[in-house]
Amino acid sequence: MSKTLVEKIWDAHVVKSEVGFPDILYIDTHLIHEVTSPQAFDGLRKRGLPVFRPQQTVATADHNVPTLNQLQPIKEELSRYQVDMLTKNCAEFGIELYGLGHPFQGIVHVIGPELGITLPGKTMVCGDSHTSTHGAFGAIAFGIGTSQVEQVFATQCLLQQKPKTMKIEVNGALGQGVTAKDIILYIISKISAAGGTGYFIEYAGSTIEALSMEARMTICNMSIEMGARGGLIAPDQITFDYIKGREFAPAGEEWDKSLAYWKTLYSDADAQFDSVLTFDAADISPMITYGTNPGMGMGISEHIPSTASQVSSEQASFQKALDYMGIEQDTELVGKPIDYVFIGSCTNSRMEDLREVAEFVKGRQKAENVTVWIVPGSKQIEQQAIAEGLDKIFEAAGFQLREPGCSACLGMNEDKIPAGKYCVSTSNRNFEGRQGPDSRTFLASPLTAAAAAITGRVTDVRTLLNEPAHA
Amino acid sequence: MKKFEKLTSAIVPLNIENIDTDQIIPARFLKATTREGFGENLFRDWRYNGDNTLKTDFVLNNPAFKGRILVAGKNFGCGSSREHAAWAIQDAGFDVVISSFFADIFKGNALNNGLLPIQVSDEFLAEIFSTVGQDSTAQLDVDLEAQTVTNVVTGSKTDFEINPYKKSCLINGYDDIDFILNQKQLVVEFEQNR
Repeated sequence: MSKTLVEKIWDAHVVKSEVGFPDILYIDTHLIHEVTSPQAFDGLRKRGLPVFRPQQTVATADHNVPTLNQLQPIKEELSRYQVDMLTKNCAEFGIELYGLGHPFQGIVHVIGPELGITLPGKTMVCGDSHTSTHGAFGAIAFGIGTSQVEQVFATQCLLQQKPKTMKIEVNGALGQGVTAKDIILYIISKISAAGGTGYFIEYAGSTIEALSMEARMTICNMSIEMGARGGLIAPDQITFDYIKGREFAPAGEEWDKSLAYWKTLYSDADAQFDSVLTFDAADISPMITYGTNPGMGMGISEHIPSTASQVSSEQASFQKALDYMGIEQDTELVGKPIDYVFIGSCTNSRMEDLREVAEFVKGRQKAENVTVWIVPGSKQIEQQAIAEGLDKIFEAAGFQLREPGCSACLGMNEDKIPAGKYCVSTSNRNFEGRQGPDSRTFLASPLTAAAAAITGRVTDVRTLLNEPAHA
Repeated sequence: MKKFEKLTSAIVPLNIENIDTDQIIPARFLKATTREGFGENLFRDWRYNGDNTLKTDFVLNNPAFKGRILVAGKNFGCGSSREHAAWAIQDAGFDVVISSFFADIFKGNALNNGLLPIQVSDEFLAEIFSTVGQDSTAQLDVDLEAQTVTNVVTGSKTDFEINPYKKSCLINGYDDIDFILNQKQLVVEFEQNR
C-alpha cells in the first residue's frame, strides 16, 4: 500500500497499535533543555525510576542563558538555578549535557542538526514547540509537554494519535530578496495561525527542493505557528551532503546502510494526504507581520488589512492586536521607525543567515536610532562566524554579535525588548509581550531585518539590494 | 493525576481569540522547577499593569466572575509547548476550559494533568458568552461520563468529543506513564527487533 513520508516513519516506530487507544510510538532521540525538564526529572524521582535510555537523550542550556559574558555566573537568580538544576539532573541521570562553556552548546534545535544527531527517518521530541525544525531532514519531530518529557524519560515512548497529513507544495523560482522565512510567513498568512492544527505537514515542490538545509529548517521550524505539531521535507542529496562528516553522523559501513534506508524516505506517488495546498513562489514577496500572531502577516509593501474586512466574530480580536501594536488599519508599515533589530532564534540563527546578513551590511552602517543584536544559534556558529571575519563586518556596521542562546526570542533571559519599543525580529512569534512586557514585534527574514537596521525603519529590502553599499 | 467526573459551576469568560501560551503564562515566569504556584501569574500581563497594580477591567480581576470553568475564544493555547500553561490554569482554580478550538499541544498537556478541555461549536460558545454577559453567575453543567455540557440558564445542551482512552484516564486519575510502564516488555522487544 502506498504511504506518505509521515506514515512510513510513523509505522516503523509503532511499538503497539490498539483500537481505541493512541499508538505507543518509539522515540529515537530526546532533546532536553533547562525550562521544561526539571518537573519531569522530579516525576522520575517520585516514581523511583531511572531514565530508561539516557544514551538517546541530549541536553543543552539555551532559554535562560545570557548572551554576553556567558561564562560569568548568571545574574538572575531563578535563571541560574534552573540552569544549575539541569546540570545536576543530567549528572544524576547519566545524560550528556552540552551546557554553558561546552563547544557544542547552543539552541537545542540548532545543535541537533549541526552535530549530526538529527537524521532522516528518526522520531525526535523535545519539550519545545519548535522541535518541528528537525523535520527538515525527513524526521518526525515534534514538541511535547513536560508530562510527556517524563514519559519519554521513563519509557523512551509516547502515547500518540497518528496525525492527519497535509502536503504543502510551493513551486517556481523565488523573486529577489525573498527567502525561506518569507515563504513560511506567506503560507501562515494564507492558512492562519490555526490552519495546520491536527496535521503533520510535508513541504514539497520545486521551490522547497531547491532550498539549502538551513532554509528548510527555517520553514519546518514555523510549522507550529499554523498549529501543526510537525513539518517535514523528504531527504535528498542536499540532506545527505549536509549530514556527511558531522560529529555524530553515521560513518563507514553505517553510513552506507543508513543512506540506503534514507533513500526510501519519500511519499509514494499515489499516497493520499488528508489535505493538499499549492502555492506559487512568484506570488511571494518579502514578508512582515503587523499583528500579534504569526498569521497576521503581509507582503512588505502591502497595506494592513481593515478591521471591517475580517470575519465579524474576529473583528474585536483583530482590532485588539492593532491597538497593542500601535498601528492603524489600511496603512502601510514601510517607513515606520523601529528601535531594535534581533537576528537570531531557532528560526534564523544559522551560518547561512549570518553570512547573508554580513554580505548585505558589508560597507553599510546601522541607523543611529536602532540597537542591533545578532545572536548565533550555537557556539560552533559563533566560532565559524569569527573565523570567517563576519564579526568585523558586523562591528563595522554597528551590529553587536553576541553569544549563543534563545536570547530576545522569548523574553525569558536578560535580552528583552523594552515596553512600547518596536523590534524587527527574525524569530518566530509576535505574541503580545513575547520579547518582553509590552514589546512590539514585527517578524521578518534576516535580510528584511538587516535592511531595517540600516535605515532605522521598516524597509522593503529590494529597494536597497539594487543600490550599491558604500565601503 | 486529579480525577474528573462532573462539575456544575459559574464561568469566567474570556472572549478573545488566539489566546497564546505567552498570554496564559509569560516566559519570564517559567523559572520554577516545581509544578505549583503558576496560578499567581496566570494571564499576568492582562491582569497587572507594569507597576504591578491590578488592571481592574480584566475579567479575572472582576469579583463578579467566579467559577471553575474558563471559557475562551477559538484557537485557545496556541504557541509554545509549555505545560506551565495548563498548570497555571489549574493552579488558579479551574477544572475545565471551553473553547470552539484548541491548539494541539495545549490540549494534550491539559488532559495529561486532569484539566478538561472541551471543544464546542462557535454557536454554543457564542451562547455561553451571551448568557454570562447578562448574568455573571450563570452556570454550566459538565458531565464527562455522558460527554455533555449544558447551559443551565438556557437549557441548551451539547455533546463533546474526547478520546475514550483519555476519558478513562481522567475518570480514574491515571496517566500515560502508568499505561506504558505496564507494557515495557513490548518496548524492549521492539528495540531488539529493529
